[in-house]
Parts: sequence; structure tokens; C-alpha cells
Amino acid sequence: MEGSHAVAHAVKYCRPQVIAAYPITPQTHIVEALADMVANCHLDAEYITVESEFSALSACLGASAAGSRVYSATTSQGLALMFEVCFNCAGMRMPVVMSIVNRALGAPLSIWNDQQDSISLRDSGWLQLYAEDNQEATDLHYLAYKVAEDRNILLPAFVCFDGFILSHTYEPVDTLTQEQVDRYLPAYRPLHRLDSEDPMSFGMFASPDYYMEFRYQIDKAQKDAAQVISRAGKEFGEMFGRDYSEMVEGYRLEDADCALVAMGSICGTAKDAIDEMRRDGKKVGLLKLRTFRPFPEKEVRSALSGVSRVAVLDKNISLGAKGAVALEVKDALYGTQVPVLDYIIALGGRDVRKKDIRGVVEMAEKGKGDLFYGLRQEVL
Amino acid sequence: MAEESCTLFESGHRACGGCAAALAARTILDAAGKDIIVVSATGCMEVFTTPYPETVWKVPWIHSLFENNSAVASGIIASLKKQGRKEKVIAIGGDGGTFDIGMLCISGAFERGHDFLYICYDNEAYMNTGIQRSGATPYDASTTTSPAGKCSMGNRRPKKDLPMILAAHGAPYVATASVAYLPDLKKKVEKGLQTEGPCYLQVHAPCCTGWGFEGEKTMNIGKLAIETGLWVNYEMEDGKVTKVKKVVRKPVDAYLKEQKRFRHLFKPSRNEPEIAKIQAMADRNAERFGIDIKLKK
Repeated sequence: MEGSHAVAHAVKYCRPQVIAAYPITPQTHIVEALADMVANCHLDAEYITVESEFSALSACLGASAAGSRVYSATTSQGLALMFEVCFNCAGMRMPVVMSIVNRALGAPLSIWNDQQDSISLRDSGWLQLYAEDNQEATDLHYLAYKVAEDRNILLPAFVCFDGFILSHTYEPVDTLTQEQVDRYLPAYRPLHRLDSEDPMSFGMFASPDYYMEFRYQIDKAQKDAAQVISRAGKEFGEMFGRDYSEMVEGYRLEDADCALVAMGSICGTAKDAIDEMRRDGKKVGLLKLRTFRPFPEKEVRSALSGVSRVAVLDKNISLGAKGAVALEVKDALYGTQVPVLDYIIALGGRDVRKKDIRGVVEMAEKGKGDLFYGLRQEVL
Repeated sequence: MAEESCTLFESGHRACGGCAAALAARTILDAAGKDIIVVSATGCMEVFTTPYPETVWKVPWIHSLFENNSAVASGIIASLKKQGRKEKVIAIGGDGGTFDIGMLCISGAFERGHDFLYICYDNEAYMNTGIQRSGATPYDASTTTSPAGKCSMGNRRPKKDLPMILAAHGAPYVATASVAYLPDLKKKVEKGLQTEGPCYLQVHAPCCTGWGFEGEKTMNIGKLAIETGLWVNYEMEDGKVTKVKKVVRKPVDAYLKEQKRFRHLFKPSRNEPEIAKIQAMADRNAERFGIDIKLKK
């Protein structure tokens, strides 16, 4: 099954009542599939064909405020256009779930994959989950709704998976059944909604006397989400056999000298490369981050504080600084002696192969890092 | 009746004395009743009605951003439909949020045919941020970003014709109104809510602070705009003008000279050519809508 279609099936089983979306490559297959389900009565949802991504998320915000479970999907420029609404959704505590089919941001224009788009919204208050493969991409949608709608959280959530590499790739996926999903994810019961029987004002302005407390509460909900994700992930594992109780996942880390850190589909390539390097006697492991917001600081520290060096594979760059993941990992390891080296890699769809992972590890062993990996010097 | 109307739009808000937008809001809720959801754009009305933790809205009310009230309304309408709920939806924005920054969302929502009423309280500039010109600012009006000066007569462009633009979207009901004629405004809100599909109501809302007149003159200024033909109250159904407020027209001076934003047309000396241009605009309005009452001799 194509990744996009597997996700569309998962979304359908989550029973969203309102969907608003706008076409953009490489996200489009998801919303096309959902439109087809609605057109053929396989999905009982209101589907709004909005005139921009900005309106897509605005419509989701309105529908969520009125009491519906909502869904949208986007990527790259579309997400950038939603920037203002993203902060608003989180600030207004609307549990919108949105698929981010990760893609580079222009200029230059690129339709190919990296993770700059969702990473750039790291401060918006949305939960951010990253999938390694299409199975995880589908499963994380169930988890995202469960966590986002938890009454102690009430935050919107991105489910991020790599454009083309996952969205357009065919893999076997267990999408569960409607009955299974219904057992895991009960119908949405909003805590507050726009209702003439119980009128409330939503989205008021806050003076300096109140603003900080609102921001504090969003941050607290983000941090509290760690436990809720863990609980929801455990429950998922108990029901369906795939456990997501950990926000991070270690691969051959136990005795590793060099630990790679990565998010998304690159983890699969890294695991294969690690197996090869292990056969050659190199003690390499991987820490995969499934959750980027909330940032699993304690888990990262605990997983990495025993290794000799950390090499972060960043599919993004905070221009003028470093990759966003490396910055967070450094922060988590502050006070330990573990060196963290950053590798900006795979931007704009640049392919990463096992030999590139090996190349990163070799550089890290020499203490060489904090660079763009694999630049073509001849075009610079 | 009057007491009942006040209960949906509570007193104690922070609007300026003589604020037409506040009067419009009270009248709108009076007409709409309690089974309504209001979606406000950022702007004066949003700010003066909802300083957390206080609100004047006794109906469900939501504000998200400056430019997205129509898109938020689209989502609410879809949600209500899915839930089988019967509340009606009104989106309210100032002229900045409507004519300018919110235009894309409004166009999208009207094209999709959502059943809602969009009301623009038109005070002809960005008042919340300090009187900057918008696409609704009239010709020659002095604002802080179109100031009259030695080499400028103020705003260089006539007002955008938004009612016609939205009528061209296929809106079944488009109307203009004024706070100077509250019973008429009320009737038009009712009609806009009763008419299925996206409806648009543009309410002339004189702003004493921004236009430069004393707060007690709001109604007079509103009336003068209509009596000079510079604002026309009309209704359009399915793209055709069906009703027009007729007047015995006064010269445009009567309206212009009452407001500081047009003061440069009269001081240091009367600018005949510019006033003639504005008079010509009023004459064109009169001809286009047939507003003139011909007095028998």
C-alpha cells in the first residue's frame, strides 16, 4: 500500500468529522484519497475544499472550536503559509491533527524531502511526532488524536513523515480495522465548544497581566504530554502489538561508542548501515527520536550519556546556527563530557545511502563535524 | 424590547464614546437573537469587547486572526452541519479585515457557498492601529498613511466596490446599511440570516476618533453621508439592485466639512477642483442607484 493511502485509511478510521485541505506535493495523495472516500460514502465527514492552506487550518480551527474532530494535511510552503494559524491553534488549545509530509522549503524551490518545514514550527506549541516507516506513520495518527484530545493536554499535533521516501513508497502496512481503532480512540468529546446553549468567548486578547500565564500553560501541557504519549503508546502496544511507549528508540546502543541521532525514514538506512559497521567491528548505534515536541530531554540524556561521541543527522538547518536536533541534543547532554557533532544531511531530497552513514561515522571518529555532509565542492 | 436587546451585547465595553461599531454590534445581535455564533476578525470591535477575562458577548463568540474569520466560519458551519445543529453563523470584520487582508478567505468562503452572513463594519480605515488607509478609505481622506500635505490631498483612490465584487461571486443577498438607520440595519441582518447561502452586509460606521468629529455627532455624520450620496444604502438580490434608500440630495460639502479628515479641502482655502471630483462621485452614485427624490415644484 502507498504510504499516503495507508495514512488516509488511518485517518478515516479516526472518524474525523471535518476535513479541510489544499493540494500540495507530496501531500496531495492523502487528501485525494480522503475526498474519494467521502464521495463514495466510505467516510462520513464534511470535506471543505479551501482556497489556501492558510484557510485549511483556519477552517479546522473553527470546526474544532465548534466541537468536531478535524483533520488536515500539508507540507513545506503550505505549512509556512499556515504559520500564523499554527500558533493560534496551539494557543487556543484546539486538538487538530495534521499530517506533515516533510518537504524542503524554498528558495530555491524544492518538492523533495527534508524536515525543515515542521522543524521550523518547533516553537508553535504543536506536538511533533516523526515516523520512520509507513507502519509507524499510520499508527502515529491514532496515537496523535488520542494524545491531542486528552483533556489534560488539548494541543494540536503534527504527524510527520518524509515526502516521497515514505508518502509515495509502497510497503505492507497493517492499518487495523475500524472496530480496533474505535476501541482505542473513542469519539471526540470536546471540553468546551461554541454553543448557543452555553455561550463562551474564544480567542480573547490578553493584556500583559495575563499573557505569560497562557504561554506557561501551553508549555506545561507540552511537557505533560510526554507521560500521556507514553501511556497512549503503551496502550497501543498492548492492543495491537506495536509498542510506542518510548518517545525515543535505541538501536544497538547498549555498547555503542558512537551514537547516531536521527528522525524519520533516515533511521531505516542508518540501522542497515549500523548492522554492516557492526560486522566490521565498529561499535555504532542509533537513537531514533519519535517525538520532537515535547523534546524527550531526559530520555536522550539517559540513552546517550554513556557513549563516546554523538553524531546527529539533521535534515534541517537553523541557518546561522546548527541543525535543530543537534542543538536540542547538546542541551540534553549539557554537563556531560559527550561530544555532539552535527551533520546537515539530505536537504532538499539529496539521497542518503549506507555509505553516507558510514562516512558520517568515520568523520565523527576523527572529531570532524558541525558541517554540511556531502557538499558538491565543484558547484560551490 | 430594548432591555432584551442589551442582554446579548453587554454594556461596559471599551469602545470610544460615540462608536458606531459598538452600536452596530448591539443592533446586529438584537436582530440575530441568541442562536448565533459570531466570528470576529482582529480589530477595534474584537479588542474593545474582549479584554480577557471580560467579554461583552452573550452569544458564542470566537476570534482567531485578522484575516481568517470567513475561513474559521467555514469550519464552524461544516461542524454544525455534521452535528445537525441549527445555529446561524455571522462573521464580523472591519474594513481592513474585510476589504484588504481577509479578502482571500472571504472570496473562498463565498465561492464555496457556505450559509453565513458576513458583516463589515466599515469605518473606512485601520482604526485599531491608528487610522491608516485601507481599500475602503474614500478619495481624498487624510489618514496617517495617506496624510494630506503640501504635495498630497490625502487618499488617492476611491473606495473598493466590495459589494459588487461579492455579488459577482453569486451571493444571493448583498446589502449596505448605516448605523444612522438602525431599524433598516436590523431588517437587513434578519434578511441576511434568513437567506440561504453566503450573504454580505456592509455597514457604514462613522468613527469619531478616526474621522475627526465629536462623538455625539455619529448619527448625523452617518445621515449626511447618505444625504449627500457619498454612501448609498441598497440591497441586491441575486446580483440585481432591488431596493435603494432615496434622498433629497445635499451638496457633498455638507458631509465633508464636518470631518477633520477632509479639512484640507477647505483650509487654508477651498479646493474647488477636488471638491468637484467628490461631488462627481456622489452624482455618479445617484445616477447608478437612482437615489434622487425629484421634488415637485
